[in-house]
Amino acid sequence: MLQEESDLSLIIAQIVQKLKGSSLYAQLERQAWASLQRPEIRLESLKEDIKEFFKISGWEKKLQNAVYSELNVYPLPSHPAAPPEHLKEPLVYMRKAQGSWEKRILKSLNSMCTELSIPLARKRPVGQQKELLNKWNEMGTDEPDLSLFRPVYAPKDFLEVLINLRNPNYENGDSLSFRTHLGLIQVPLKVKDIPELKECFVELGLNTGQLGIDDSTQVPPELFENEHVRIGQKVLAEQDSAAAQQYIRQGSPTALRAELWALILNISSQPEDILYYEQLKTNVIQHDLLVDSLIYKDVKLTASNDDYYFVFEDYLYQVLLCFSRDTSVLGHFAYNSASPPKSYIRGKLGLEEYAVFYPPNGVIPFHGFSMYVAPLCFLYHEPYKLYQTFREMYVRFFFRLHSISSHPSGIVSLCLLFETLLQTYLPQLFYHLREIGAQPLRISFKWMVRAFSGYLATDQLLLLWDRILGYNSLEILAVLAAAVFAFRAVNLMEVTSLAAAEAVLADLSTLKVMPLLQIFLFATVT
Amino acid sequence: MSRPKNQNYKCHGSSKGKEREGEWDFYWCDVSWLRENFDHTYMDDHVRINHFRNHYELTRKNYMVKNLKRFRRQLEREAGKLEAAKCDFFPKTFEMPCEYHLFVEEFRKHPGITWIMKPVARSQGKGIFLFRRLKDIMDWRKGTAGKKFASLEAQPARAPTATVNPSGTHDTRSSDDQKDELPVENYVAQRYIENPYLIGGRKFDLRVYVLVMSYLPLRAWLYRDGFARFSNTRFTLTSIDDQYVHLTNVAVQKTSPDYHPKKGCKWMLQRFRQYLASKHSPQAVEALFSEIDNIFIKSLQSVQKVIISDKHCFELYGYDILIDQDLKPWLLEVNASPSLTASSQEDYELKTCLLEDTLHVVDMEARLTGKEKRVGGFDLMWNDGPVSREEGAPDLPGMGNFVTNTHLGCVNDRKNQLQQLFRSLQVQKKASS
Repeated sequence: MLQEESDLSLIIAQIVQKLKGSSLYAQLERQAWASLQRPEIRLESLKEDIKEFFKISGWEKKLQNAVYSELNVYPLPSHPAAPPEHLKEPLVYMRKAQGSWEKRILKSLNSMCTELSIPLARKRPVGQQKELLNKWNEMGTDEPDLSLFRPVYAPKDFLEVLINLRNPNYENGDSLSFRTHLGLIQVPLKVKDIPELKECFVELGLNTGQLGIDDSTQVPPELFENEHVRIGQKVLAEQDSAAAQQYIRQGSPTALRAELWALILNISSQPEDILYYEQLKTNVIQHDLLVDSLIYKDVKLTASNDDYYFVFEDYLYQVLLCFSRDTSVLGHFAYNSASPPKSYIRGKLGLEEYAVFYPPNGVIPFHGFSMYVAPLCFLYHEPYKLYQTFREMYVRFFFRLHSISSHPSGIVSLCLLFETLLQTYLPQLFYHLREIGAQPLRISFKWMVRAFSGYLATDQLLLLWDRILGYNSLEILAVLAAAVFAFRAVNLMEVTSLAAAEAVLADLSTLKVMPLLQIFLFATVT
Repeated sequence: MSRPKNQNYKCHGSSKGKEREGEWDFYWCDVSWLRENFDHTYMDDHVRINHFRNHYELTRKNYMVKNLKRFRRQLEREAGKLEAAKCDFFPKTFEMPCEYHLFVEEFRKHPGITWIMKPVARSQGKGIFLFRRLKDIMDWRKGTAGKKFASLEAQPARAPTATVNPSGTHDTRSSDDQKDELPVENYVAQRYIENPYLIGGRKFDLRVYVLVMSYLPLRAWLYRDGFARFSNTRFTLTSIDDQYVHLTNVAVQKTSPDYHPKKGCKWMLQRFRQYLASKHSPQAVEALFSEIDNIFIKSLQSVQKVIISDKHCFELYGYDILIDQDLKPWLLEVNASPSLTASSQEDYELKTCLLEDTLHVVDMEARLTGKEKRVGGFDLMWNDGPVSREEGAPDLPGMGNFVTNTHLGCVNDRKNQLQQLFRSLQVQKKASS
């Protein structure tokens, strides 16, 4: 009892600490001062009256949402004696692996830099600045020569690193035994099995209405859809983050999705936020970073060639270029196993006073990075709103998809979860694919790293991301990957090579996500 | 002698093409053949051909404008201003050169706006240009139509009915043309829509397919699928010379230096509808689509009495619709021979299914009862009156819960529907035999 109490007070202290520095605190203070004018506030019962005022005017709700958001994002504090690295990643061997992977990336970036003799960063001459400002809304029309740039790494390079991860305390032995994993991932992390997943994703069950299933043309809307929309509107009227998160587990109606996501991610469009975005834009115009070319190249290679997302090319530049200059993103490295790469001012290599984070937000984009942003363009029109949503999604979820950690939503756990599910519930398929040299993870890895963006149809993808927000976890990606394999099992059993297996799974655009998930979790005989 | 699209006939089960000269049951012809041969070709009762004799009343821009204006006047007389306002989906258009003076009047009333000049009978974006000053068309006048303008300016302004026959129809060759030595091309000057709805900063228009089985009575079907064609460059009013910005035809875009064939620059209508649904309220989206329905009906009604009705004829029209920022749809033009070449896999599937379903509706094999409201991807939109979505309900628009039977941009489960339809038709046949 005592332990729980002290834990709770620790959590409260932490949250209060964090919120004190936020703009919400300043707003609440202002509101409290302004409320002194109101007749119902009396000096004798000042505290209670102001609390009452906050409750009625909706400010308490905002505070509630902010607290809820913090609880969601920040991991619970562990032992008070634990060093800050433990918050990032408790397992030493994982930290080491992430560290060496980062060294490799930075080396690759630096060597590209020296090869092309382009500085990592430079100030733009005034003429170029003006030009860029004019072209801000149509950067897609620019055709810079990007042929010499290569993406720093692609998902398959990252997969190789994960495959070679080993826990030095866990003796697998060189020979195959019942203790070795048949899949590619060889680290012993705890992953959920189907009964546990059923409990976790209970709202996806067969007896609960879902958008993505119960709103299809054959089902009359009175059965589920109308009521669901009505509840959604009520949730939005109440402006309650926690309720919205619970609600969205059954999917979000298209018309309400933009607002619901903003509510869950606790994004408000205050003038300060718009100003902040404009400030970032100015940074982009004044300085040119090497990373910018990588972003350009990535957008041109992936989103511009996509049948659905080519229209949003300009928005992607506006978001990603600003993103790489946003130092507030550095905050997420407190709970990310990765660390921002450091670079040194020219000539001052090794001197700590001259070290800067490069890029300013600490995130080096890889091949396919722009696909995290593309689906969001469907929802938000104003660049700053789009930007805020993407940034929140990144620091809550997407960063876990390309850093090595033991977190249950981290990519390592997702891979292991995928392989375990497949092995346990589709053993024949798994064995067959392994025999023909088509390890299933080799095919599904790219889906999970991109959170299925660019592989599924947009409306299906948004339904999937609804559930990611609702359950505050990425495990659903691994479950979906396994469900896709289960769905195409018959065809996969007949293939005889990796290339053929890839071909069977090349086109996911016709898949309906929710029925697949439901069948795999709730309707398969275990 | 039948020359249907080859891939179409191969996948459609019952081919009725005949090899012998002059004998065919179904002809997918092009308009030039029609013009030369229709009048002296005898057709049996069961024969079908894919154009109406004088389809140009709807598809040539200048005739369509005339017919629409006349229909609007009639509606105003019969049903009042409100009803007539429903015809205001066509931007102000003036035929050149005969309405030149009216055009100049309108031009002077609204200085500074942009106008677009389009040749009446060309397609694929050829010959179109934008202008803001009268000086710009002065230069153009010195070219092909120069002589005609000069002759017109010499005469006092006349009513533009000079070349119209008493019956109200037009001949493709008017007596005026024969007098000139130069082949004069008719143009229309149209008010350019300066605030188009933009997606990703780009302008787009919608291509929708309407199948008309007869004009008297008017029976029209609307295909659920279609696409939005994007211009490759960002919309701006500063460069009206840049064809690539303003013209969205795929033919023009294909020649743009930015064009990558892999991109395709098209969205299927479902995606477009979803996009709108996530940005605007459901009511706004519903209102937009019902206004689009209204465009089809009114435009077809306006030429109903003018088109030579022939039970052998049917026609598949490609409507080009532009949406502006207030979510108001505008009719750009109607095509009698919409392009059936495919620019991508998705496109190919849409067009083959479209053709297949067209053949199902035409029903050479006489399988349908004639009471169907949906065949594959086609929904019966107008059957001498509005058609209700409800099964079996009387089609009375006055009733409170009347919902029109159109599903543009909605789910198209045509394969299932066709299976069910033909199965039930077979059962019915067996029962009655």
